[in-house]
Amino acid sequence: MTLLDVLIALPLAGFLVAMLLPAGNHALIRRFTLGLSLLIFAVSLGLVGPYWFAHPSGYVFETNIAWINSPAIRYHVAVDGLSLWLIILTTLLTPISVLCSWKYIDKRVKEFFAFILLLEFGLIGVFAALDLFLFYVFWEVCLVPMYFLIGVWGHDRRIYAAVKFFLYTMAASVLMLGAIIYLYGRAGTFDYTVIVSHLQSGALSFSRAEEFWLFLAFFVAFAVKVPLFPLHTWLPDAHVEAPTAGSIMLASVMLKMGTYGLLRYCVMLFPNAAHENAGWIVVLAIIGIVYGALVAMVQPNMKKLVAYSSVSHLGFVVLGIFSFTQPGFDGAVYQMLNHGVSTGALFLLVGFLYERRHSLEISAYGGVATPAPQLAAVFMISMLASIGLPTLNNFIGEYLVLQGSALVNFHWTVFAAIGVILSACYMLWLYQRVFFGKTPDDVAHHMPDMTVREWAAALPLIALMVWMGTFTQSFIPPISATNAVILARTKANIETQVKRGAPPAPDGSHPAAHTVLASLEEFFRAR
Amino acid sequence: MPDNFLPAGVEYLRILPEIILTVAGTLIMLLEGLAGDSVKTRNGPGYLALFALVAAIPASLVAGANPGFAFSNLLVIDGFATFFRVLVVVVGILTVLVSFQYLRRENASSSEYFGLILFSVTGQCVMASSNELIMMFIGLEISSISSYVLAGYLRDDKRNNEAAIKYFLLGSFATAFFLYGIAWIYGVTGTTNLDQIRYALLSHDVASSSILVGVAASLMLVGLAFKVSAAPFQIWAPDVYQGAPAPISAFLSAGPKAAAFAIFLRLFMTSFQPISGRWAPFVWSSALLTMVVGNFAALTQSNIKRMLAYSSIANAGYVLVAIATHSAIGTAAAMFYLAAYAFMNVGAFAVVTHFSRQGERFVNIDDLAGLGWKQPVTAALFSVFLLSFVGVPLTGGFFGKFYIFKAALDGGYTWLAILGLLNSAVAAYYYLRILVVMYMKEPGESCENLSPLAPGVSLALWGSALATLVLGIFPSVILNFARGSATLGR
Repeated sequence: MTLLDVLIALPLAGFLVAMLLPAGNHALIRRFTLGLSLLIFAVSLGLVGPYWFAHPSGYVFETNIAWINSPAIRYHVAVDGLSLWLIILTTLLTPISVLCSWKYIDKRVKEFFAFILLLEFGLIGVFAALDLFLFYVFWEVCLVPMYFLIGVWGHDRRIYAAVKFFLYTMAASVLMLGAIIYLYGRAGTFDYTVIVSHLQSGALSFSRAEEFWLFLAFFVAFAVKVPLFPLHTWLPDAHVEAPTAGSIMLASVMLKMGTYGLLRYCVMLFPNAAHENAGWIVVLAIIGIVYGALVAMVQPNMKKLVAYSSVSHLGFVVLGIFSFTQPGFDGAVYQMLNHGVSTGALFLLVGFLYERRHSLEISAYGGVATPAPQLAAVFMISMLASIGLPTLNNFIGEYLVLQGSALVNFHWTVFAAIGVILSACYMLWLYQRVFFGKTPDDVAHHMPDMTVREWAAALPLIALMVWMGTFTQSFIPPISATNAVILARTKANIETQVKRGAPPAPDGSHPAAHTVLASLEEFFRAR
Repeated sequence: MPDNFLPAGVEYLRILPEIILTVAGTLIMLLEGLAGDSVKTRNGPGYLALFALVAAIPASLVAGANPGFAFSNLLVIDGFATFFRVLVVVVGILTVLVSFQYLRRENASSSEYFGLILFSVTGQCVMASSNELIMMFIGLEISSISSYVLAGYLRDDKRNNEAAIKYFLLGSFATAFFLYGIAWIYGVTGTTNLDQIRYALLSHDVASSSILVGVAASLMLVGLAFKVSAAPFQIWAPDVYQGAPAPISAFLSAGPKAAAFAIFLRLFMTSFQPISGRWAPFVWSSALLTMVVGNFAALTQSNIKRMLAYSSIANAGYVLVAIATHSAIGTAAAMFYLAAYAFMNVGAFAVVTHFSRQGERFVNIDDLAGLGWKQPVTAALFSVFLLSFVGVPLTGGFFGKFYIFKAALDGGYTWLAILGLLNSAVAAYYYLRILVVMYMKEPGESCENLSPLAPGVSLALWGSALATLVLGIFPSVILNFARGSATLGR
């Protein structure tokens, strides 16, 4: 039993215990959940240990035991550089979600905190699973608590949003399930590592059409979760209607399930299809970047604005992944974490505003900086981080993604950079309208400054924004090491296919793949 | 007198479950005449029925431990038969548990009711183990006739009467089709024994009259499609399940359906297995139609019993997908799914029984508003069944669907599997609607004066929920057994 197993078991045990606690004793339930989630966070920091002392590029904390004999489904979990920080991000944001729900949630308290723990269980599982089937199980397990968080504790249109969220994700992921079953039929195993090594050795290979459809089935499931334009429409609804904690977990962690899946499964299992289809996917990503930013600009609702900014930011992640370059991959993974931290903070702060004024409309605010200067300052830092100001975290991720995309196609970079500029526009404008200007009386009277509890929730995120923006080396090495392995394996897979006589891409029709290969060559030579 | 005129001792052992159930059923009927049906003795027949059903489980296992034929090859006791016997008996137990409170509430006499349930289960056991067309027919009739009466058990209730008459007319019609098919196949092959039909179809002299065989198989297919409520013969199911007493709806949609699928599988995977290429297209097109009709009709229902009826049609469609693959893994997947489905369906109807109250006044989905906060335990158990219907992992319904679609993909039915998967996404909508109402709406009038769960209902709910979760977390236990007994053609 490794540290990771403990980490997966703790939230589940916590969920069961929380369900058994007396429903009337709210204080006990809150303290229990906070204490447990802090404990889980502390345990999760232990995962960094191996990376601190050595630089493993493979899996650590691996457990691989049989769960179901036939078909062979295994409980196979491990951590690598790709999942390490995402797991820690999950465990960090859970106590923050608990803190921000301390007073916000006043009805059905027990169930709320129990569902937060169940969600944490599912999320850690998604990032740790190395068996395709197990991955799908955790993937779906995440759906249920989030559905309830939105549907029970959300705002007015919560039911519509919750059902839309569930059905969108469900419809897309059943196709992934189909692909997983098909893959099992071909490979004889659900084990991700075994499938990858079979692909590498050539023991398993797909026909071109086969690979395309499998890739697509996985891709659609992940693209809905990311969300990639034009599959993003569930996101604004879900975010606006969700309670603060739901928005934080949704934006900061759940969206990363999609991008993580793209990198881990789509790229690793179907490298040829991923290369060949990179062209249109990048176009969708860039449309998402610009479109998300433009739509964010005209939102009258703060949460909706932040939600659309997520569509824009996640476009960068997809762009980075489908550039197939080391900086692109690194930037994508780093940007997943950055977005988790900065957008998590923004939703947290919007939640604070809502608790004071009970409105999400921008027009209901104004001059908040006068009665609540601390809140204004914290919001300012988070907003600047989100824009991508140098020395704050998002800058690093966006820069790496843009650099990676420039290695492949400079036009991509130019269009994507427009998104960065637009993000400054909508964020600064939001900040100006909410925090500056004349303070209406009802705002002035209902705007106490931040409390100790609120500081406790916000401070870790602010600290991380600075830390991740300045001391990049504390985070990047494990990510880079794993990404290099992915990149090398992707390259090796393609070469295997070519050697085995699989049809190369027809000349001219898929320039992306060739360009990528050439730039890869160049990149490795440069190293 | 020939030597084998009297059956050997072990053959009685092989029909021990049927013996126990018949004796107990007859005893209940007799005791009613002797003791009368006063309020004091009202639970007596129920306990006796429960005892007999519980005893029938070890009896089935003992019978299963002595596999072989019985009564001049009329019955065959194998793993397949044992699986379905245990399944229908368990459904019987759950139904009896749910019924105690219901009968008290509706002020109905209990002895005939429990007697009929025992007879119906007996018929289903016979169906599960029959090796011969006439035996199948007899089992089907024992099971069906008891069911017709049960569907109209509250004879002063208009809806009960409507349900019973519809069920009876359409059911007899279906039985007639089936019987006519038997006559044809006997005419063509000269036998009613499943294995001999198979050999006859494999030999050359019958293949020449293949149109006749086709007609016979189609007639039987139609009859069975009626019984399992497969499209386009599903029309009766919503009216019957809506009108019948709620515990009986639970029973009908799980027990007789499982038994009908048992003879479906045994007949088509044994006798008609040589011509599987010819019937498979009919089965898969019916499967597709059944899934689509069931799921899309369920979307718009406001009555929860009717919605569950359409859901049961859709679920029959999934099982048909497994049958269409005409493979051993398909058979195993169908068996697993029927087991998982029985628990979640009986569980869901048990909640409806509990909630609807006297005269079944509260059967609209909207009536459930706020149940999640009024009776958290009931609602939580109901959620387990609903999530299992949706196919969320760690529930039996998920693995059931998983094995079925895996069988379809392995059998080359890629498009059928994809359409089935998409169908299950559509289905999520109407199951979720109940969750929405229970947890996301404020409690209304309908949640007032809701009595706590009766012990019998509570036991049935906990048992079904536990079984649903066990099937979802440790599916190997059942699946391995199903796989071991899924090869029917000998």
